[in-house]
Amino acid sequence: MMLDLFDFYDKMERNNILLSFKGDITSDLLTSILQIMESKMDNFQEEPKTKKKVYNVLVECLQNLYHHMDEAPVDSGENGRSAIFMIGKLDGAYNVITGNYILNENVTGLKSRLDEVNSLTKEELKDYYKQILNNGEMSLKGGGGLGMVDIARKTGQKLHYTFQPIDEKVSFFSLNIKVTLNQQ
Amino acid sequence: MEKFTLEGTPKTPTINFDLGSGVLEIKGRSIPENSIEFYKPLVDNLEKYGLSPKPATTVNVQLEYFNTSSSKCILDVFKKLEAIHKGGSSVTINWHYEEDDEDMLEAGEDYQAIISVPFKMVQVAE
Repeated sequence: MMLDLFDFYDKMERNNILLSFKGDITSDLLTSILQIMESKMDNFQEEPKTKKKVYNVLVECLQNLYHHMDEAPVDSGENGRSAIFMIGKLDGAYNVITGNYILNENVTGLKSRLDEVNSLTKEELKDYYKQILNNGEMSLKGGGGLGMVDIARKTGQKLHYTFQPIDEKVSFFSLNIKVTLNQQ
Repeated sequence: MEKFTLEGTPKTPTINFDLGSGVLEIKGRSIPENSIEFYKPLVDNLEKYGLSPKPATTVNVQLEYFNTSSSKCILDVFKKLEAIHKGGSSVTINWHYEEDDEDMLEAGEDYQAIISVPFKMVQVAE
């Protein structure tokens, strides 16, 4: 297959993608990505407040991928452990877009969690966060379901997502998080 | 005097716990993928300290970032401190946040609402 590289480039350019990656998400990779994004934001001379917000959201989004990409291994050889993410800056907002496979049996559960988070007001999110934080449960991965609530709280935006059915076993989950600059 | 210290890394905070003087300092970033593993030694040391604590215990938390994976571990640390506070050592948690960092202030207030230990919100310059 011959890839149309310019087509990729052009689409990324038009969406002002600062950084993109597809492949295995490792701890070291995340360390590097976070460092790169920090220096990019320094170069853009972003307000400390903006930098912190974007950084926090990035950490949660990327660590979500790190923790959950194993749950739906794809049979196709080298792509056994793979996910994608892109970070862009467009129209005064940072966009963090992530994509990974998810087992079909887990789609309903995740979807209802995301919808629940999206249905809550700022105050309700705060209470919900404290409730999950204090319920004593902790997943082995440590997150315990706080990530999405935290992202919604910090961005003040709804979580945009899609589930694309792939086959009888898996779907592809995409999450698009927008961090608006100079928000209240 | 017994001390427990951990050098900070890009993903984990510096920890200085002077068990002899009852001062614990947590400073930097706390964004490890596996935070349970990272915080376990601190929780263990707090447990040990709790057996014969100093009359006053001071805790200085000055985090630049922390992830949600750390947030539960930080709560575990505070719960140990709450037990120490109830056990007779007077514990104070100084929660530092940078000017303009409302998220960090709010995070401190979340803990304050959950934990029965006196919290002081300390604003620091950027």
